Amino acid sequence: MNTNPPQNRGVTAIDGAMVLIVILLIVQIWLLSATLESYLAGHREAAVPGAIISAILFAACLGLYRFVDRIDSDIRQG
Amino acid sequence: MSWFRKPSSTPLWQDEFPVFTADERYVNRRQFTKFLTLTSLAMFAGNLWILARSLFHRSPSYPRQPVAAAGEMEVGGVKMFAYPTAQDPCILVRTGSDSYVAYSQKCTHLSCAVYYEKDQNRLECPCHQGFFSVADGSVLQGPPQRALPRVALEMKGGQLTAVGMDGESA
Ligand code: FES
Repeated sequence: MNTNPPQNRGVTAIDGAMVLIVILLIVQIWLLSATLESYLAGHREAAVPGAIISAILFAACLGLYRFVDRIDSDIRQG
Repeated sequence: MSWFRKPSSTPLWQDEFPVFTADERYVNRRQFTKFLTLTSLAMFAGNLWILARSLFHRSPSYPRQPVAAAGEMEVGGVKMFAYPTAQDPCILVRTGSDSYVAYSQKCTHLSCAVYYEKDQNRLECPCHQGFFSVADGSVLQGPPQRALPRVALEMKGGQLTAVGMDGESA
């Protein structure tokens, strides 16, 4: 039997997605500062992998946002 | 198939400012998630900017600038000069009878001026106790993450000349 009240439907999924986004964002912030440090130290070879990984992290965040957005609209429209 | 929300039958303002508390929690979470995603976009833009800078980077040309005459300083002595522009303070250290090293005087942490500590034979930044090796400018201890940019020197005819910078991203 589902004991979850109807107004809480989807909130757990949204919270899970939000936590994942926060983790990805922390990694992305670290990546940006590490790439900047190495660029300023004259190591320009780190810029390409830094940009690629950052793009992947952003795409993952966007996918999670899309997930949250759809759950939200599905639930609120019944 | 739409990428994001299904087209809603309710007007946008009603969607975004619900009157029911239960609906509001979804809106708050969605808006916070949107904010996080935009922050992620900003981080990605930062990485792209670094990429663009490194792809279109041209090696700067440095002037030749006399710094000191041989024998002008005793062993362990220091001399301040500015290179490559008048806004770039540098420090020259005579480490041996005929060996000299010079570094940018700006600490790579927060740009305080480093000075030479003769007893410990290292460069010190007094602001947050950052220490750099005199031999190669590498970080020995403290908050700086990068070595001090090194000034390339050339000794010719008893004259020490600065000819370039190593380890600096202009
Ligand atoms: S400014 Fe040099 S250690 Fe912080």
